[in-house]
Amino acid sequence: MSKPKNLFEKVWESHAVRTLPNGQTQLLVGTHLIHEVTSPQAFGMLRDLGLPVKMPERTYATVDHIVPTDTHAEPFEDPLADEMIRELRKNCEAYGITLFDLPGGQQGIVHMVGPEQGITQPGTTVACGDSHTSTHGAFGAVAFGIGTSQVRDVLATQTLAMTKLKVRRIEVDGELCPGVFAKDVILHIIRLLGVKGGLGYAYEYGGEVFDRMSMEERMTVCNMSIEGGARCGYVNPDETTFAYLNGRPYAPSSEAWDEAVERWRAIASDPGCTYDDVVRIQARDIAPTVTWGINPGQAIFINERVPTVEGSAPGEREAVAEALEHMKLTPGTPIRGTRVDVAFLGSCTNARLSDFTEVARYLEGHRVDPRVKAIAVPGSQLVKAACEERGIDQVFRKAGFEWREAGCSMCLAMNPDKLIGDQLCASSSNRNFKGRQGSPTGRTVLMSPVMVAAAAVTGEISDARTVFGVRGVEA
Amino acid sequence: MNTLQPIKTVTGRAVFLPGNDIDTDRIIPARFLKCVTFDGLGEHLFRDERFTEEGTPKQHPLNEPRYLGATILLSGSNFGCGSSREHAPQALYRYGIRAIVTISVAEIFFGNSTTLGLPCVQASAGEIHRLARLVESDPTLKLTLDLEALTISFGDDSISVELPEDARKAFVTGRWDPIADLLEGTAETEVTAANLPYLSG
Ligand code: SF4
Repeated sequence: MSKPKNLFEKVWESHAVRTLPNGQTQLLVGTHLIHEVTSPQAFGMLRDLGLPVKMPERTYATVDHIVPTDTHAEPFEDPLADEMIRELRKNCEAYGITLFDLPGGQQGIVHMVGPEQGITQPGTTVACGDSHTSTHGAFGAVAFGIGTSQVRDVLATQTLAMTKLKVRRIEVDGELCPGVFAKDVILHIIRLLGVKGGLGYAYEYGGEVFDRMSMEERMTVCNMSIEGGARCGYVNPDETTFAYLNGRPYAPSSEAWDEAVERWRAIASDPGCTYDDVVRIQARDIAPTVTWGINPGQAIFINERVPTVEGSAPGEREAVAEALEHMKLTPGTPIRGTRVDVAFLGSCTNARLSDFTEVARYLEGHRVDPRVKAIAVPGSQLVKAACEERGIDQVFRKAGFEWREAGCSMCLAMNPDKLIGDQLCASSSNRNFKGRQGSPTGRTVLMSPVMVAAAAVTGEISDARTVFGVRGVEA
Repeated sequence: MNTLQPIKTVTGRAVFLPGNDIDTDRIIPARFLKCVTFDGLGEHLFRDERFTEEGTPKQHPLNEPRYLGATILLSGSNFGCGSSREHAPQALYRYGIRAIVTISVAEIFFGNSTTLGLPCVQASAGEIHRLARLVESDPTLKLTLDLEALTISFGDDSISVELPEDARKAFVTGRWDPIADLLEGTAETEVTAANLPYLSG
């Protein structure tokens, strides 16, 4: 019998074209996703070199970063944004690339569109000019973000020059406590392993907690692998994966479906395979988690206190001091009770149907604090439509949330949704870097969607379990 | 397609940018990331350090006429730290910079620059300051970075510099951009794709 292998090794081997003169691997990219921000320059380079697109049928496009979310009406107010979308359309048209455009009902954040359409599949390689491409690993794909020149490389050759990663299995065993979500799991992992802990690694998430998670929850976790330094993160495909894909537009159908499922089963990590590292975490040790600093690893449980410089490890003091200064938080005080100006529920981390459904369950009968600007931004037009069909948008509107059009919105500052001055934002997104949300002095506190809702209705960082009365938790 | 030219030497005048940790946001402020081509980026190089919000020039080496046309940039340590976007090396390249000489350079920035054909070599703080002083007293001084010998020569003097061997080889053999190698693997790529049911089916 051949040696047991993990999923990453199997996918890598089946996509390795050859060894390049410099020792790197030429890796075949099965699925290439593009959006308006990092693709136009790549197409420009392609034209400069006089090269065609190698496999246009394996590239899929959508618009997300620069799209305004108050209205999708065109032309956009920002002429640069307008130029970017027109450029994407022109390139897709010229090279015969499928574009999920604003009219059409299937546009959305690129990392939502791939799964929704069934384009993202187990055992494949996925690349996109965006670091949160790791999201697609939820399907048992090897998926990573690439730079603009690499977008050009994929367009021109359908391959990349890559160095093989090591694999770390992260196992979360047991059962999560009530009121603890996928977002808390990944924030906790990054807190434990550090924002650079994953450098050189692919993360394989396994154990009972991931086995039980829905696809949408797995996407939330894989999405933030990159925030822990891991270029990609994945969950082995299982029945949950297959059930999600079954019937999606780009998923195989009829006979091809059965064959595909058989292949997908076989691509999962073999029993007895080895890893370069294994980390074990107990699910019951995880509580709702929020960030207090300026990178996603600077996180604490909701009932903990903001760290102090003196109480931090000597090597970290400078970073802690810088973060505290930016965040204007008082060291040593509870994070709970910190005033919130903006509540943002959106982004490719947490803007899926299950996120809005879960929040709506709790939000009913509550009102957003009048001091808070609260926006709910579905990650895709399909999610928006599904929410509206179920009346979920009404729950948000009634509570005082603005109900928006699909896009990246306040996750980053490339569209009109921005923080002003030193506003503090309770955010379901994935990055709390300085200036990330559009104001150089703006402050971002990352948390789960339900915690964002709790912050919105109380006007301060709060424990959603007490605000919404989650059973099994002592107040 | 255009074949890549080997880059064996870079000759030109130099400009010194004092300071460490010059990050990609300073090199090209984030608002210029909204662009469909890299073409105009050169104009906005160090935009907020060179100009006020109203567009009035500030005191900055790149605004000094005597350094106009310099192609070699001298600076401190951890140059190019910050974001992974390629806009920063692109802005430098489009501005006309053809070689960067620093005490150290951020890893991703180094990779992105190499792919552009923009060598980033390292020298000691002492040597960089010596070069900076020389250039300041004579901005017309021509420096030659020799990537085969790993030296910078000027007048009849020279200093040695460092560059990882794989990058050095890539420059002098014209393989600094992986696209050349990747294109050579086209036939094998097709074989690999044909063996994958989701790509051949
Ligand atoms: S939602 Fe945020 S992280 Fe996701 S693709 Fe958009 S900008 Fe990037």
